[in-house]
Parts: sequence; C-alpha cells; structure tokens
Amino acid sequence: MAEGTQQHPLKIYFYVWTLLFVFSAISYWVDWYGFQGYTRWTLILIFMLLKAGFICAIFMHMWWERMPIIAAILFPCFAILVFVFIMWHESYWTLIVRKIYFAIAGS
Amino acid sequence: MEESSSSVKVVIPPKASFAKEWSSDQKAFKGVPWGKAMMWIFLVSDTFVFSIFLISYMTVRFSTKADWPNPSEVFGLHVGQYNVPLLLIAIMTFILITSSGTMALAVKYGYEKNRKMCGYLMLATAVFGASFVGMQAFEWTKLIMEGVRPWSNPFGAPQFGAIFFMITGFHGTHVTIGVIFLFIMTYKVFRGHFDTGKRGFFTSQKSDYEAIEIMGLYWHFVDLVWVFIFAFFYLW
Repeated sequence: MAEGTQQHPLKIYFYVWTLLFVFSAISYWVDWYGFQGYTRWTLILIFMLLKAGFICAIFMHMWWERMPIIAAILFPCFAILVFVFIMWHESYWTLIVRKIYFAIAGS
Repeated sequence: MEESSSSVKVVIPPKASFAKEWSSDQKAFKGVPWGKAMMWIFLVSDTFVFSIFLISYMTVRFSTKADWPNPSEVFGLHVGQYNVPLLLIAIMTFILITSSGTMALAVKYGYEKNRKMCGYLMLATAVFGASFVGMQAFEWTKLIMEGVRPWSNPFGAPQFGAIFFMITGFHGTHVTIGVIFLFIMTYKVFRGHFDTGKRGFFTSQKSDYEAIEIMGLYWHFVDLVWVFIFAFFYLW
C-alpha cells in the first residue's frame, strides 16, 4: 500500500484490542460456566471467528489491502474446509471399523 | 500492454479489476511491497501447515474409542485450595493478545517514523512473547512431570500427548522465532537503521519501516494461530 494514503487513528487499535480481550474473556467463561454440547461448540466457534476476523482485518491491515492480495490469501483457505469435511467423514469411518473390530476381537 | 493511455505515475490501478491484475504482465499485487506480499504468501503456506495439524487432531479425536482427556482439568492450576480450570492457558491467551496490541501500535508508530515509541512497543512485544514461551515451557514441564508422553498419558486417550506436543510445540517454535526477530528489529529501530536506511548484513537490502509491518504480520499470525488452538484444543 502506498505510503501516506491510509490513516489509522489510534482509536481503532484500542477499540479492537479491547474487543479481543472481551471475546477471549467470554470464550474462557464458556469453559468456566461449563456449557456442553452444541451450545458450547457454537459459542466457541463464534468467538473464535470474531477474534480471527478482527486480528486479520485490523491488526494485519487486510481491511485496507487491495482485492487481488486479499483474494490470493483467503481463497486458498477454503480448500482447508474441504479437507476438514473429508477427514471428518474418514474419522467416523475409522471409528466404526474400530468398534466392530474390537467387538469381535475384544479389547 | 493494455494500459497505454495511463501515465507512468499511476502505480495503483482501480480496485475493481482484480481479475485483470491477477492476469496482468510483469507482476500482480500492484503497489504492495514485495516483502509484504512474500510474507503473506509464507503465512498462507503456514496456515496450511497448522490446518493439517488441527485436522489430524480432529481425525484422531473423533476416531479414538478411548475418552479424550478433559483439557479443562488437565490444564487447570491449583490456586491455594481451589482448582481453577484452564488458568495458565487463559493467562497465556491474554498475554499473546496484549503483545499483538503492542505490535499493532508499533507498526503504526513505525509508519509515522516515531523511532522511540516504535522501539519501546517492539521491546514490549518481545518481552510479552518471551514470557509466553516461558509459560509454555512451564506447562510442558508440568505435563511431563504428570506423566504425559507422546504415546501415553494418565488422563485418557493415548493420542492426546502426541497431538499436544506437536501442536503447541510447533506454535511455540513460531513464537520463539518471532521473539528472536522482535529483539533484532527492536535493536535496529533503536539504532535508527530504519531512519538512515542502513543495509541489512544478511540481505543487503536497505532498512525501511516497512520491515516493522512485515514483522507485525508474522507476529499477528502467531496470535491468530493461537486463537484457533485455544478454541479447538483447549476449549472444545
């Protein structure tokens, strides 16, 4: 980015900084309070994504970057989601095979 | 040459044409310093490395028949007679966020060529980072003393140890490398290398405050990875 074309007021950094603290505190509270199951997982994911989003957008200046570089960084990351999906199914398959095998062979 | 009408002065083409920029001659990412673009590309590759670790963790955790150890208890600390869940990890998280904030401010003051403020904030970031590594060393020591090994542990599924040491170890390595470079950069800032444009001894490139932003990208990435590790490994 060309120098002098962007203005980053101090305020926005302190604002995001505070937000990150608050989000982390809430994530910790989720564990402290002892939420279980889908409530827990949803809350963890929401605050994780919020934190990651703010770090990326403001602290790493992606908000002010040009579209070509944003796209070059973010598009490949969607491939990860595909990999997650594949391995998620794979792991359940492994679990079923283990359960059947251990049931027959004993363990 | 599709833009023969535009003058040489125009470095930054309009924002809308990103497909055009990707397919353009000579270089993409126009107006982005090469060092920054390269750091981003490195970070994308590093994202994949950490993703693969976290995906392997997911696969292992879903496919094991044994119960996964409860991280809330495993990483709890005794304070007096109370057992506070995840206390050390929470402190580590807050320290890393604090260091991320000081780094962001260091980048801002770097661009304003405010040598002193930039230097002190870099130093603060380095010290916070070093304390994070120290706490991680403490955490590892504690778990090893409790009998956690890569192949077994007293809490549950034996894969827990392997995943723990691999993921936190790799992240800790990143933090350690970051801290070393933060100290080097702090030295360079205070010595005024970025103001005089002194050539680096390793790269022979002229020093510029741009390096602070590139350092910042790396450091924020380390924090970013910790956000995911915190969520998936410690909280899940």
